[in-house]
Amino acid sequence: MEYNQELQLTFDAKTESTRDGIGKGMVKLGEINDQVVVLCADLPDSTRVKEFKEKYPERYFDLGVAEQNMAGVSAGLALSGKIPYMASFGVFSPGRNWDQIRVSITYSRANVKILASHTGLGSAEDGASHQALEDIALTRVLPGMTVIAPSDSVEAMKAAIAAASIPGPVYIRYAKPAMPIYTTEATPFTIGKANVYTFGHDITILSTGITIASAMDAALELEQQGISAEVINVHTIKPLDEETILTSLRKTNCFVTIEDHQVMAGFGSAILELVSKHMCIPSELIGMQDSFGESGPFDALFEKYGIHKNNVVSAVHRVLDRKKL
Amino acid sequence: MNNPFNFSDQQLIQKARELRIELIETLSHAPSGHTGGPLGMTDIFAALYFNILRYDPQDPENDERDRLILSNGHVCPILYVTMAHAGYFPNEELLTLRKLNSRLQGHPWNRALPGIENTSGPLGQGISQAVGMALRAKLDKKEYRVFCLMSDAENQEGQTWEAMLFAAKYHLDNLIFIIDKNNIQIDGYIQDVMPIEPLDDKLRAFNLDVFQMNGNNIQDIMYILPHALSQIGNRMPKIISANTILGYGVPFMENNFAWHGVVPNHEQAAEALSYLRQ
Ligand SMILES: Cc1ncc(C[n+]2csc(CCOP(=O)(O)OP(=O)(O)O)c2C)c(N)n1
Ligand SMILES: [Mg+2]
Repeated sequence: MEYNQELQLTFDAKTESTRDGIGKGMVKLGEINDQVVVLCADLPDSTRVKEFKEKYPERYFDLGVAEQNMAGVSAGLALSGKIPYMASFGVFSPGRNWDQIRVSITYSRANVKILASHTGLGSAEDGASHQALEDIALTRVLPGMTVIAPSDSVEAMKAAIAAASIPGPVYIRYAKPAMPIYTTEATPFTIGKANVYTFGHDITILSTGITIASAMDAALELEQQGISAEVINVHTIKPLDEETILTSLRKTNCFVTIEDHQVMAGFGSAILELVSKHMCIPSELIGMQDSFGESGPFDALFEKYGIHKNNVVSAVHRVLDRKKL
Repeated sequence: MNNPFNFSDQQLIQKARELRIELIETLSHAPSGHTGGPLGMTDIFAALYFNILRYDPQDPENDERDRLILSNGHVCPILYVTMAHAGYFPNEELLTLRKLNSRLQGHPWNRALPGIENTSGPLGQGISQAVGMALRAKLDKKEYRVFCLMSDAENQEGQTWEAMLFAAKYHLDNLIFIIDKNNIQIDGYIQDVMPIEPLDDKLRAFNLDVFQMNGNNIQDIMYILPHALSQIGNRMPKIISANTILGYGVPFMENNFAWHGVVPNHEQAAEALSYLRQ
């Protein structure tokens, strides 16, 4: 495997959840930026803003179970100069309060950061009602919204901090399961800039969020089969890093995307929208195929719903077959 | 900061009449939008912009300004007319209401025009934003007050009650809601569509400081508003039930919910103006 040395990735198999990374990021951010305030709808522990709450109680506001009001109050704070981060589960925010996010936040260009935990199948045993698998679609269609899905806990920490430094609404989706950490303190993180993890020439594998592990595992297996895969971590779904993505696709001329989300209107769809303007190449989208999830261990869910390394490998083979046609 | 006009009651009564006339002319030129709600709220707008609110139209972003949040965004024609008269933009611009490339959108957009504090249209949303702005004043020890105008039908939205709980929890006594209580919504009278009474009792039960006024009587408005403001410091959000008459000042529109979301045609406008000019 030809890893991108510049990124100073690590492969020591340590794991942590992206939500823990968000929690650490919020504490650091609270320290360096006194305009940051946190709002939460009765879920400080699950969303990991609890440590911020304990460190900065005067800058923490619990709204109770009231996600619509949370979006509006955040907008009001932002429009008068604060930098509010509002936290809940993805199914409730943006699930319950999408109208408020649309009008009070994005249309109003309010500088609100939305922290959505428990996205994807990672809400595992809680079942389908608690698995946000539509939130990328809901947020990326909103003009002016930046959409980020950190791939590991270190990146999540950086994303939480970086969001405060760009003006305007930012949506950060993160998750509960402990996943391998590939990035290090030294790995560059810039909102809107994708990171090429491995260089390859046969196929591009584009991943967003915590599916990076499935993508990396698949690349290793493909290498043993003599297939060279270029794996790209696209942590920012909107705006897309068009240059990095197109440069890779012009080299490999085919791709597979993977996301812990519905493929409809999600990350893969965003890539297809981009590609459709530039080239005509074979591809396949991995993710939820128009179904809800269910209760179960997270790994088993990824396997059952086809978001596993094996699905990436077989999709790559299908795409390569089509490329030969 | 002060109010740039500081009008007497007599001057406010005269100003309200001018605003109603300009409103009918603006709407019949548009020619679409809402007529009944704006006519019913004109006296409140006159009192706020020409006596109560502290602001400077030449310096609309000044952080010390009072915030006027319009939650029932559909009544924005009266916001625009009042802002023009207060000096935010020339009266001629009112003729662009709802036209292509206009700053005067069909429902207000905060980014369109300095002085429009919030975006509204979807009912309930301004209330939470007002709460956020009042909370920020508390956090940063700012003296500005937040006035949130809302409609009676907004009390049917769940978000409204979420916001009221929050306002009471954080003792936002710098926040003054004024409810346009005309007992009318699109589908009929409030009590028939979805009753909200006893509203004052409900609000009191939510730990709000409740006042009542006749929203179409300048003397009463100018008595109750300063009275409510004098209670800032009592750690309770203020809410004023303003009894109003939808379509006030134009007899054939008064209390008729058909006039919620339509504008007068040429003849109707002429007739309305003849009443208002009497
Ligand atoms: C969330 C939401 N639902 C529906 C509407 C459509 N709508 C506009 S005004 C209105 C109700 C009108 O009653 P009220 O707010 O009391 O205004 P009035 O007619 O008294 O001016 C409705 C349902 C809306 N603007 N927002
Ligand atoms: Mg009404």
